[in-house]
Order: sequence, then structure tokens, then C-alpha cells
Amino acid sequence: MSHFNAAMSARARQVIALYPEPRSALLPLCHLAQEQDGWLRPEAMDEIAALLGVTAAEVRGTATFYDMLHTEPVGKYVVAVCTNIACVLSGGAEMLEHAEERLGVRVGSTTEDGLFTLEESECLADCDFPPCVQVNHRFVRTTTPEQFDRLVDELAAGGHAEEIPPHGTLVRVRRSGGLRVDRADIARERAGAEERWG
Amino acid sequence: MAVSMPTKIVTARLEHPDSHTLARYLATGGYEGLRKALTMTPAQVAAEVDAASLLGRGGAGFPAGRKWSMLKKDPVTYLVVNGDESEPATFKDHLLLERDPHQILEGVIISAYALQVTQAFIYIRGEFALGLERMEEAVNDAYREGALGKDIFSSGFSLDVVVHPGAGAYICGEETALLESLEGKRGFPRIKPPYFPAVIGLYGQPTVVNNVETMANIPWIVRNGGAAFAAMGEGRSTGTRLFALSGHVNRPGPYEIEMVKTTFRDLIYAPELGGGVREGRDLKAFIPGGVSSPWFGPDQVDLPLGQDEVAQAGSMLGSGSVVVMDSTTCVVRASWRITKFFFRESCGQCTPCREGSGWLERILYRIEHGGGREQDLDLLLDVCDNISPGVQWPPQQTTICVLGPSIPPSIAAGLKLFRDEFLVHIKEGGCPFD
Repeated sequence: MSHFNAAMSARARQVIALYPEPRSALLPLCHLAQEQDGWLRPEAMDEIAALLGVTAAEVRGTATFYDMLHTEPVGKYVVAVCTNIACVLSGGAEMLEHAEERLGVRVGSTTEDGLFTLEESECLADCDFPPCVQVNHRFVRTTTPEQFDRLVDELAAGGHAEEIPPHGTLVRVRRSGGLRVDRADIARERAGAEERWG
Repeated sequence: MAVSMPTKIVTARLEHPDSHTLARYLATGGYEGLRKALTMTPAQVAAEVDAASLLGRGGAGFPAGRKWSMLKKDPVTYLVVNGDESEPATFKDHLLLERDPHQILEGVIISAYALQVTQAFIYIRGEFALGLERMEEAVNDAYREGALGKDIFSSGFSLDVVVHPGAGAYICGEETALLESLEGKRGFPRIKPPYFPAVIGLYGQPTVVNNVETMANIPWIVRNGGAAFAAMGEGRSTGTRLFALSGHVNRPGPYEIEMVKTTFRDLIYAPELGGGVREGRDLKAFIPGGVSSPWFGPDQVDLPLGQDEVAQAGSMLGSGSVVVMDSTTCVVRASWRITKFFFRESCGQCTPCREGSGWLERILYRIEHGGGREQDLDLLLDVCDNISPGVQWPPQQTTICVLGPSIPPSIAAGLKLFRDEFLVHIKEGGCPFD
């Protein structure tokens, strides 16, 4: 029985069709699995392996290399506080400490209600708004403890559902056009181009 | 201080809040470069880019035109765009992806035409959720507009573009690691030679890998001609460049600046740029081109922002990110944090990088926290020497990729410029800035 639900299975097949080699869809499919389950479940990795024609160990071995793929459950909101160089010069370490206190968990842990997981992150490329905070990979730009607390309260109360979907949902825009150009077409065009341009 | 602000190339559209939409893009000259390119031969388009002398904006600064000319002839070739921006304190590609995705996409389509490539991939850092969504939207729009897909603008040229999300790994910014990642594997840099994916790249086929900002320059170059681009800047550093300024400045931000014509002093102090060091403090040091680059002291602040100029002074312009550190900065803490980053992000293939980064991180940590010993300073340099023999610039390497030799610069520069500060930590048994 499929672990992916029907809609997710259909999307997975569309994603695979975009690539010349199925295995290229490995990371995108892991993101889809996280969108469905909130994290990367073993059953999902088994299914991805079957879809791509690789072993489950290959999927797991690849997925565990990447910070964004969680092979253990995480909260509905993954809060990442950057403490890399630009942020540490502007209160990043203090913000992380504050986040630990406010959420009542240590870095790498999840609150008891399953709402928040706190992470210390490397540079998130938003260094003109330090210290940089992301929630579910959305830049929230809470640069003071007060702003951070307000956001946490609002998220806990069900706010920001539009801008910040639950953890795992990465890209909400569905690809609508352009199935892969036919391989035979490519060869023909190339032959034509050679003639035209030499 | 008067700074001449150049014609904006890659940030021209950003004054509009809806700069990411197709409507705004079309209203501001969008896809005109592509229409023009399609009336030219691919070789003519490539010649314009060559004439522009556009240096790659990813970090290595390799001329884009030359990279293109190295693409091995083969029935199947690929174009891959590197949007995995992760070098600490670099945030220019993030801006361009979110705010002007069509400009990047038009650059990709024009480049694919010049290279006669029919399949391109845009690899975007996974943490850029909004950037990914904006680019996917742009791709959908471009297909509807006829700017992408089969028979683009009735020219007979066809191209497919796939937006590919990364999943969180600094090393995937290294082009061969990015290709591995795009093939659905761990981001392990490939053993060289071959040095260039232009020979063996994605799926073993010849592949051009270009940075996002490099692509964003292409539509302007085709519209205005390579000569107009080359007329800006000086020497080998032509055109403008988007510099990411951060740290202890009043106005951190991304600034598009004419190459060479502007100095680090202008960037940091000019009121329309950095606006000076925060709270009027003294400049202690600055990082000129990403954390992989050796730091400069205040005596180098009048250097022009040019690739060769900075290289001659013993560092690099790298990814175009400038980090300002004022007099309150603890140098030990700064170099420890940078080293911790490399330790965390080392892919683990090569022993000197995997083990050395951890040793260095632990030594710096104990110095910062009062457990340092005087012989630690020599030990730091000894470990650095094992990763990058001679601890010199430009660096030597004992590793497959340049992540390894990127570790020593912040330590070596810290020790060179501020050895006394390390010693004070050791003698006083802790950080004097705490």
C-alpha cells in the first residue's frame, strides 16, 4: 500500500517526469514527504526508493546528509536562529538564548505540545536584518526579543497561517507548464542548429 | 563623501514593490533581451558576453564567456544555475531570487540559446522558500508567455527549465557537489580532474554552471551590448556588482556598485551606502569577500572593490560580502564562530578538512573560554598548515575541494592582525570582551 496519499503520489510522478534521470527527484520527493507528514518517515523513504529505483538505504544515506530533512519528528514550526558571523556581531547568540528561554527548550529540541522545534542555524543570507530568524524557512525578521515573543504567541494562537504553512511545506506553487522537451526533438533541433549556425 | 552611483543593472527593477511579477517585468523591458538574442546567432550572443568580460559572480570570479567557450561539444549538454547561496554574510542572490526572478530566468534562456542547450536547471537553496516559490511562478509565467518551452517566440529554439530545491548543505554551493546533489546524491565534491563540469558535468555530460547574479546580468548585456558593460568598472573587473554589506555598520544591505570605482571606505562610510561604523566606533577589521577570505585591517580600507586589486592585496573579493567589525569585536570569538561553521559544513570526505576543522574549533573555543595555552597559537597554525600547506594566499590545498583551504584564513588573519588579543585571552584565562 502506498504511503503517499493519492494527491501526493500524482505530484511525485510529475516531479520525476521533469528529470532526465529519476534519481534527481530524490530531494524534491523528500520535501514532498515532509509536506505530507511533517517529517521524513521511514515508510516515506521506502516509497521514494521504490519510485526512483534505488534502495531505501540510499535514500536514507542521502537524506541524512541534508539539514532540512528530518528523519525524526519535529514541531509544527521549526524556528531557526542564525548565530553565524554577521548575526553574532548583532546579537545572534543572545537571540538564541532568549529563544531557548521563551520556548522552554534547548537547541535541537521540541516543545512538549509539539508546536515548536528550535534550531541554531548557519547563515541564512538575510544579514541586513540581524539577528536572522526563520520559521519553517520563511524569513520572519523578528530582530528583537519582543518581536520574537509576539510572533511565538501569534503562531501558538494559530496566526500567520497564510505566510507560514506547517513544517514540511516548502514550495506551494505548482508547476503548471512545460513537460520535458522530447529527446527526439532535441536531437532534431540540434541537427538543425548545426546546419544553420555551423 | 560623494560616491558615483552607477547605472543599475541587476537591481534596476527593485524600486517597484511588484518587481517579481511578469507584468512589472514586461513593463520594464523584460524579455526584450531574449527577443533580441533570438535574432542573433548563438555565437553572436556568446561574443557579446565575452566582450562584456563578465566575471562569474559566485566567488571564484572566472570569466563567464570563457567558461562557455570550454563547453565540450556533445549531443546532450546542460546549463545549471547555482542559486545555493550559503557563504556566510552573502545575501545578494537571495535578494535577486525573491525580487526579480524573471531577470534570472531571462538570463538563463538567453544563455541556453547561446550554448544551444535545451535543458537547464536552477538549483535554489532549500532555505529560500519564498525564492523557490517566486522562481517556480516565474517559470510557469514564462511558459505561458511563450518565452520558455517549445519554439520560444517562434524562433525554433526550445528549452525546458526545472527549478530544483536544495535541502540544506553549504557544500552544495561547490559546483561539482551541486551536480551530485542535483543527481539525487549526497553533496560530495567530485575528485578533480576533470576540473571543469564543461567537460564532464551533470549525468556525465558537458555542463555549464553559472551563478544567479551572473545570469541576472545577461539580459542587460544583450540589450545594451557587451561593450557598454565593459565600459563600466576598470581592468578585468567590469560592470557593476552587488555587494552584501553587514556587521557593525549603520546601514547594512545589498548595494549595486560599479566595480573598482568604489573603495571599501566608500562602501562602509558613504551616507548613501553603509553610513559608517555603528555608534561612531572605530573600524577594527573587515572581511572583504565572504568568510573564506583573509581579513583586512583598517589600513586596507582605501582598496578599490575590484577582483585583481583585492587579490594583489592578499585576499579576494569572493562572493561579494563585506563584514564590518568594530572596536568592540572579540577576534577570537569571531574566528571561532567562522571555524565552527566550517566544521559543521565539512562534507567529511577528506581527513584534513573533516578532522582539522573540529580540532581548530575546539582549540579556539577553549581559548575564548579561558582554557587556552600559549602553545595553542602555534598549534592552530600547525593544523591550518596540514589543511592548507604554507597557510598562504592564494591557498594550497590537501583536499578535494576548496572548503578545506577556506578554513585557515580567518584564523591566520586573526593571529596576524591581533596576536596580542589571543594572548590576552590565554593569560587572563578568558575573554576580555565579556
